[in-house]
Amino acid sequence: MRIAVCINNVPDTSSKINVEADNKSISQKGLTFTLNPYDEFAIEEGLRTKEKSGGEVFVLNVGGESNKETIRKALAMGADEGLLIKSNQFELDSLTVAKLLAEEIKSRNSSIVFTGKQSVDYDNSAVGTMLGELLGFNSVSNVVAFSIDGETITAEREVEGGREVVKTTLPAVITCQKGINEPRYASLKGIMAAKKKVILEKEANVPESKIQYLSYKSPKAKSGGQILGADVTAVPELVKILKGAR
Amino acid sequence: MKRIVAFVEQRDGVIKGSSFEVISLANRLANQLNSEFVAVVFGDQIQNIENAGNYGAERIVHFKSPEAVNYSPKTYRDALLELIKKEEIGIILMSSTALVKDLAPRLAVHLDAALVSDCTDINVSGEELEATRPIFAGKAFEVVKAKTPYQIYTIRPNIFPAEKESKQIKIEEIPLATVDQSIVVQEVKKSSGKLDVAEASIVVSGGRGLKEASNFKLIEELAEVLGGAVGASRAVVDAGWRPHSEQVGQTGKTVSPNIYIACGISGAIQHLAGMSSSKTIIAINKDKDAPIFNVADYGIAGDLFEILPELTLQLRKGLSSE
Ligand SMILES: Cc1cc2nc3c(=O)[nH]c(=O)nc-3n(C[C@H](O)[C@H](O)[C@H](O)COP(=O)(O)OP(=O)(O)OC[C@H]3O[C@@H](n4cnc5c(N)ncnc54)[C@H](O)[C@@H]3O)c2cc1C
Ligand SMILES: Nc1ncnc2c1ncn2[C@@H]1O[C@H](COP(=O)(O)O)[C@@H](O)[C@H]1O
Repeated sequence: MRIAVCINNVPDTSSKINVEADNKSISQKGLTFTLNPYDEFAIEEGLRTKEKSGGEVFVLNVGGESNKETIRKALAMGADEGLLIKSNQFELDSLTVAKLLAEEIKSRNSSIVFTGKQSVDYDNSAVGTMLGELLGFNSVSNVVAFSIDGETITAEREVEGGREVVKTTLPAVITCQKGINEPRYASLKGIMAAKKKVILEKEANVPESKIQYLSYKSPKAKSGGQILGADVTAVPELVKILKGAR
Repeated sequence: MKRIVAFVEQRDGVIKGSSFEVISLANRLANQLNSEFVAVVFGDQIQNIENAGNYGAERIVHFKSPEAVNYSPKTYRDALLELIKKEEIGIILMSSTALVKDLAPRLAVHLDAALVSDCTDINVSGEELEATRPIFAGKAFEVVKAKTPYQIYTIRPNIFPAEKESKQIKIEEIPLATVDQSIVVQEVKKSSGKLDVAEASIVVSGGRGLKEASNFKLIEELAEVLGGAVGASRAVVDAGWRPHSEQVGQTGKTVSPNIYIACGISGAIQHLAGMSSSKTIIAINKDKDAPIFNVADYGIAGDLFEILPELTLQLRKGLSSE
């Protein structure tokens, strides 16, 4: 089975995000980038599917040259091949990204695609499900449990107040949420092997964006919180506040 | 003028609170754009469907089938696409729930639409909309404008007001002839009747300061007297004390309740990312320099093992005498 995994490169979640003085962009200074946390689950699920059903795992990313390092990380975990669809655009709308990915996945006849449920940069939660529609595949999003038996997929998706058990069939797109698996660490052997694996590259043909990004701003700072006390004597005051705020 | 559809969601035959926020927003934007809106809902019997009229809706289309009680991605998608074309809709408004996060990207593909997700503000500028949305889990915001003929906006629950405006509502039932079987919800596993953190108007969260899993009963009891939900930091989810469905933060749920109470949580940047848009934030932490106090409106810099039982006790007394 040809298994595709889409991965994104995002600022480390501990990064402090600063808006440039002209409010037109986010400062890239001091940001360190890493594999999107949810995409680790996608890689792991891709590898497990290969281990169970055979085939190869192909990872894709749309982004800048430096994202190769992140692709290399997926190869070190065990993916077979990588593709960088090169674009240096600062922010791309979800549908544009999904179309670029879909074109490549289609030309490689993948029958299953794993993505993260969300990129923790622009937090759209969209690309994976869009891919499904563009490819004409069934898709299940926000998946916390996954199993495949022949052509049949059983997936549990997290919803408010519980889980939905969903049945569908290949070809399919699965967007992965924490809980689906415990991603493996790259072994030393894996890291060495990854150095020899191929990362293909191609220039993205980026159409005009569907969204115009007008400005960026920082959240309003809270104006001086109030410490009510250091022990139980502060409780009555807090009770009053809670009653008022309800 | 762009016509608007407000997507309404039901669970167990009852329209969700966040859907009234969508209707109310559709009403405001329709007025400002000198346009019209229609609400739409899927399901079988819907107990409070008339309530849509209390928030400004004059029409609600009800796609009806006993099989459409659970979410059916392709059925919902196709019925909506048909309605959008027929009613000459340009703007699609939805609340950013788990269902909508699955449905909105599907619609976007078939309408070749800009999808602007999880908005915290939408305003009319000239004849167009400008939306503000949090990025980097709330560490910044961006202001955007969709440039496509069809535009989909999903809004973060509990941010937009659900303003009352009484209208005579017309309910238009459309039976769904077939329900798609290629992606089927076979079963809904409910997490034991508890309120979900993402939907609660009061959230009481606990962190590593609770020391061990069993001490979470202090959090549960406080949540119970307040009628709120229990939340957790990642540290305690990773330790296996609480399920991931309760995790608040960058890799957990994003919440914006009226009251968020953080107990024994240090306030790491990834935790703040999930709760900093809460209306009133209260921190209980014995370390007065903990970063959680930087975002808190009120705090007690003391031992949660002393404070929580007393707080729960006084609230229980106070609320029962109201
Ligand atoms: C990729 C990534 C994603 C992450 N995503 C999330 C996320 O989604 N959500 C999240 O929460 N974290 C997330 N984190 C983890 C985050 O960085 C912190 O490690 C975590 O939030 C800490 O949890 P905590 O506040 O419970 O524990 P700690 O930081 O250990 O804080 C415990 C606090 O309890 C206080 N305390 C101790 N005893 C008492 C007492 N008796 N009374 C009162 N106070 C007491 C202490 O003063 C301390 O401030 C993420 C990290 C990474 C790397
Ligand atoms: N630029 C990208 N390149 C490859 N995959 C991506 C890209 N952006 C998003 N994805 C995938 O789509 C998922 C959802 O992302 P998003 O819709 O951006 O929140 C991510 O977890 C990735 O798996």
